[in-house]
Amino acid sequence: MIVNLIDYLKERLRTVKLLSGIAVAIMVVWTVVGVDTHHAHTWMEAHIPGFWSIFTLLSCIVLIFFVRWFGKSGIMTREDYYGD
Amino acid sequence: METNFIHPSLILIIGALLLPLVKEPFRKIYLCVVPLVTFLNVLYLNWHPGTYGVVTFMGDWTLTFGRVDNLSMIFAFIMSLMAIIGTVYGLHVKDDVQHIAAWFYVSGSLGVIYSGDYLVLFLFWELMAFASTFLIWFNKDAGSLAAGYRYLLVHTFGGVLLLLGFVLRYQTTGDLSFVQLDEQNTQLFTWLIMAGLMLNAAVPPLHSWLPDAYSKATVTGAVFMCAFTTKTAVYTLARAFAGFEILIVLGVIMAIYGIIYAMMENDIRRLLGWEIVSQVGYMVAGVGIGTALAINGTCAHAFAHILYKGLLFMAAGAVIHATGKSKFTDLGGLYRKMPNTLFFLVIGGISVSAFPFFSGFVSKSMIITASFESHLMVAGFLLTMVSIGTFLVAGLRLPYLIFFGDDRCSQETKDAAVDPPWNMHMAMAAAAFLCLLIGSYLPFLYNMLPYQEATYHPYSGYHLSETLQILAFTAVAFIFLKDKLGARPTISLDLDWFYRLGGRGFLWLATNPIQWLDTAWGTAYRVVGLYTLMTTAKFSAWFDWHGIDGVVDGSAGCVKAIGQRVALVFQRGHIQQTIYYSITFAAILLISYVWL
Repeated sequence: MIVNLIDYLKERLRTVKLLSGIAVAIMVVWTVVGVDTHHAHTWMEAHIPGFWSIFTLLSCIVLIFFVRWFGKSGIMTREDYYGD
Repeated sequence: METNFIHPSLILIIGALLLPLVKEPFRKIYLCVVPLVTFLNVLYLNWHPGTYGVVTFMGDWTLTFGRVDNLSMIFAFIMSLMAIIGTVYGLHVKDDVQHIAAWFYVSGSLGVIYSGDYLVLFLFWELMAFASTFLIWFNKDAGSLAAGYRYLLVHTFGGVLLLLGFVLRYQTTGDLSFVQLDEQNTQLFTWLIMAGLMLNAAVPPLHSWLPDAYSKATVTGAVFMCAFTTKTAVYTLARAFAGFEILIVLGVIMAIYGIIYAMMENDIRRLLGWEIVSQVGYMVAGVGIGTALAINGTCAHAFAHILYKGLLFMAAGAVIHATGKSKFTDLGGLYRKMPNTLFFLVIGGISVSAFPFFSGFVSKSMIITASFESHLMVAGFLLTMVSIGTFLVAGLRLPYLIFFGDDRCSQETKDAAVDPPWNMHMAMAAAAFLCLLIGSYLPFLYNMLPYQEATYHPYSGYHLSETLQILAFTAVAFIFLKDKLGARPTISLDLDWFYRLGGRGFLWLATNPIQWLDTAWGTAYRVVGLYTLMTTAKFSAWFDWHGIDGVVDGSAGCVKAIGQRVALVFQRGHIQQTIYYSITFAAILLISYVWL
């Protein structure tokens, strides 16, 4: 059942991507227009539309690129480094 | 009403000791019944809070074995529940000692949670460390033995710090009770106790043992280990160090550190180990914030964490159990082979990533909200960033690299990959169900939290929109940047470098200068010592031969000569004469005895 579902979705990857994109777009519109930001923790959240979307994208980029740089700086090393 | 107190640990310990006597077909039933009875006992105690098992020890020490209050209740509940799930997951394991070690380990954790003073705490603390070491040693993989020794040494070090701390505290205050310490008046013992407890919570820089040990434990052992050590330590920190601000800093560092290493990791269980470090970071930060909401959040997150992390370790264990491979570089594209495992792994992944209706959503956000409410903006934003990283790693990278993407499996791996036995399925289904239950039916978890007056409502429109944005855009970023998080055959250097290479330095010292000294000493001994010894031996041999033997031989010769003379006189072959002499001799003896 699970395998069939995954294969079904994989065969229609383009449609899945399109629908997901539309869903994300609707969600963003809803968060900008429809959500009461009265209970937001900070000023930025209440006044920057889609604050958490921007924050998320920036965080991902910062995290991923920092990890690549950090790993390449010598932290990621060969598997037999400790001799086992 | 009189409450009968039987310590839950006692049930597990006795149950473990009797296990070798139980044979199939009763063994599997017995394996389920013992943790179940323990769980029921914990439930019974939770209905009757109070202090039990108080004994006087060596005159003036009061030991408390059963402190059942708001804080210990929720932790004991989840620990004993996890003991059932973990045991069911390991039901197929034939080796009795593995179950015994696991149960001793759980009993150590329950003992710590119910302890009211440092002596009892220490006793069970060491029981935990010792029993869990065996869960690593029972694994037959290369490196497990060494990892077990490292684990034991590190935990012994932590135990010594704790011991030093509470003994110093006893010397200063004359008090052994395990209660909240004073933040205003910190002393050396405060920091020693904190360091001892933090080592078990894997707070940097005392954290490297965790991914190291958990990735080398047995498949079933790791499921137990991921639940008990760190969360018991979180409980002890919440008990003694609530509101210590340094814990906020350490907790946030820990959360970021863990997620960064998890993003680089190639081994499934090491990745999950780093995830634990990261998630326990939230709890440590929550303890540091120390408000009612933050402590509630810490307890709720520990509760949720035990279940979803157990689920993730169980699913990862199922992959390792089937394929024998634990590295992303040896796996990939397995979704057709192990669809049920994929399903449970994804449930665990979306629970840790705080999807609405799953457990992380209602627990993690409590700590983040508490940090914003306490005006700790930086901590709040950094913890949110870590939560984004968590979804990247556990929700996306982990299932993607095992079940989708490039197929890096060898033919044997592919042939061996099947969904696990029924008992593993049952345990994973139970944990997955509980993840959903916690997230969907709030009273189940929230009614157990220690501070009932601090209310929190996770299902607000704002929180939902915040979470959906985070999840959606993390997924978008992953789709574009997933190659940067691909499988690479590397290990990541961490602070264990110091003691692993320190150990090597010690080995060098042992093999070079110390060995040289030993050899030199051996030579000196041969030359000087042995010569002296031989000379002495020669002299004593000569003395023995000529002196002592001469005396002994001389006296023997003398006795022989006298005997011959006597025999010539007395033993002439006439029996009557012999009897006559004998009786006369006896009569003389008798008379002299009577008269003299």
